[in-house]
Amino acid sequence: MSAALELRGLTVTRRDRRVLEGVSFGAERGEMLGLVGPNGAGKTTLLRAALGLQRREGGEVWLGGAPLERLSDARRAFLAAYLPQERRVAWNMPAEDVVALGAVGLPAHQALAVARECLEQLEVGALARRGVLDMSGGERARVLLARLLATGAPLLVADEPAAGLDPEAQMLILERLRARARAGAAVVVTSHDLALAARACDRIAVLHSGALAALGAPRDALSPKVLATVFGLEGALVDAPGGLVLSARRLTAQRTPASVDGMAEASVAPRAGEPYA
Amino acid sequence: MRLAALLVLALAAAFALSIAFGETMLSLGQYAQALSDPGSPPGEILFAIRAPRGACAALVGAALGLAGAVMQGLLRNPLAEPGVLGVSAWAGCAAALAITLGLGAMAGALETAALLGALGAGGVVAVIAARFREPETLILFGIALAALGGALTALVFNLSPSPVTTAEILSWLQGSVANRDWSDLPPALAPMGLGAALCLYAAEGLRMLTLGDESAAMSGLPMARLRVAALVGAALLTGASVSLAGVIGFVGLAAPHLVRGAVSDDPARTLAPSALAGAILLTLADLLARVIPTEEELRLGVVTALFGAPLFALVAWRASRSWRA
Repeated sequence: MSAALELRGLTVTRRDRRVLEGVSFGAERGEMLGLVGPNGAGKTTLLRAALGLQRREGGEVWLGGAPLERLSDARRAFLAAYLPQERRVAWNMPAEDVVALGAVGLPAHQALAVARECLEQLEVGALARRGVLDMSGGERARVLLARLLATGAPLLVADEPAAGLDPEAQMLILERLRARARAGAAVVVTSHDLALAARACDRIAVLHSGALAALGAPRDALSPKVLATVFGLEGALVDAPGGLVLSARRLTAQRTPASVDGMAEASVAPRAGEPYA
Repeated sequence: MRLAALLVLALAAAFALSIAFGETMLSLGQYAQALSDPGSPPGEILFAIRAPRGACAALVGAALGLAGAVMQGLLRNPLAEPGVLGVSAWAGCAAALAITLGLGAMAGALETAALLGALGAGGVVAVIAARFREPETLILFGIALAALGGALTALVFNLSPSPVTTAEILSWLQGSVANRDWSDLPPALAPMGLGAALCLYAAEGLRMLTLGDESAAMSGLPMARLRVAALVGAALLTGASVSLAGVIGFVGLAAPHLVRGAVSDDPARTLAPSALAGAILLTLADLLARVIPTEEELRLGVVTALFGAPLFALVAWRASRSWRA
């Protein structure tokens, strides 16, 4: 079976600046691929170019086994769906109507049924009739992800779907995307939370200054060497009871004790004899 | 559906009022005479003077209400209105030029000039819109285009040969449906019908734009085509409105907001109700213009601006919610 997404030598230039340089990789159906990299590495540009939303100077993009150029708008929408990082919604439409926008081509009542089902999956079914502008940022992020899921596309591309959310919501969102991958979709997701990405994804692609710096299983792709050269971190992904965590500090600032795993493992239970507040 | 039925009823009521009342007060006997004999003097007042005028106001209101809803949906901006991209300014400018050139007396010349002006501006905007997707960029270009249209109109004033011409232009620019008769309607119906059809064709695209350009582009809809359809459709509606009644503000801004809540803020479902609401608003505004006892009859554009400005403030107040989000 052909890959859901295949990039070959993808090159993008913006305002005379080379943003992506010969990036090649693919995403198979049934796989969740994490795209990580520092700010400005070219993650969003890569996603947009991969979907034809951004002009590219060189390279090829194949969606569902066909070159992107040969796909009609409708066919492309059938093969791939996109959740942009931007969460602005212009009008205060009810959540279920917004999610139903994802189910293009279905009759209205069926689209609405799909929308409610997707909202349930993201545990915001009770908010189906609430206007999206009357929601918290976290609620809206779930609604927009539900819109992505409602497309039922074989390739789901989500740009920072979990950014700015509380830990439980972040985990829920990546869990739901992962469930879609298990159900046979290819999922490509960007994240700045390396541990979260490493835990949820089958493979990680690391982008650095517009080029692919590493690609492989999370631990291999996010090796101490990659953490140092790409992210400027001294440390490693380490096992913890809840899954992989990132234990690292900034390479230059010696005094920063940024031991994330220490925080993750810190007890939130009250000490013996201390009453719950 | 219930909303549409309600609006149609309200429009029928507003239209009936606009026929029943006006500058001349009729006695009950005269009403009876008018109804039994439409050719009688009271009948003439009702059916040959007031009815076409009311129909004209309703038609222009509907066109502006629809164009306003389309512009708000396309630009994703609650403060957008039919003239935001400079279309009405250019329609007004072309008409002013036609008046100055002495074409005002020629049947249909003024109307054609206004429509051409609107289409010219609409064409420029459509070309720009194909190049720049962001609504902010489009609005900025629109402001520039509108300012240029306004400046050229001022230039026409400046160079106008006589005070009479100046007064004629000014009066026309303020907007009115006075003295319109049935024969004025058909020439406007064609561009309005075409414009409305284009706007309704673009409705799905407007709904999809709620989530932004990229989500819309990935939705599978032919967005480039729908965007141009919406722009050209709105330009036709606005141009035909200006050609029929001059430049009338606020109706296109306010109408969509009056119905938006009843259709769950859906930009596509806002279109038809907004057209009906615009028709009701302008029919009532024209009625007000006639019955307010002033020495010189109030111009329709003046009435909509007088009542529209406070509404505009209210709309801005309520819309601020979506900016904060």
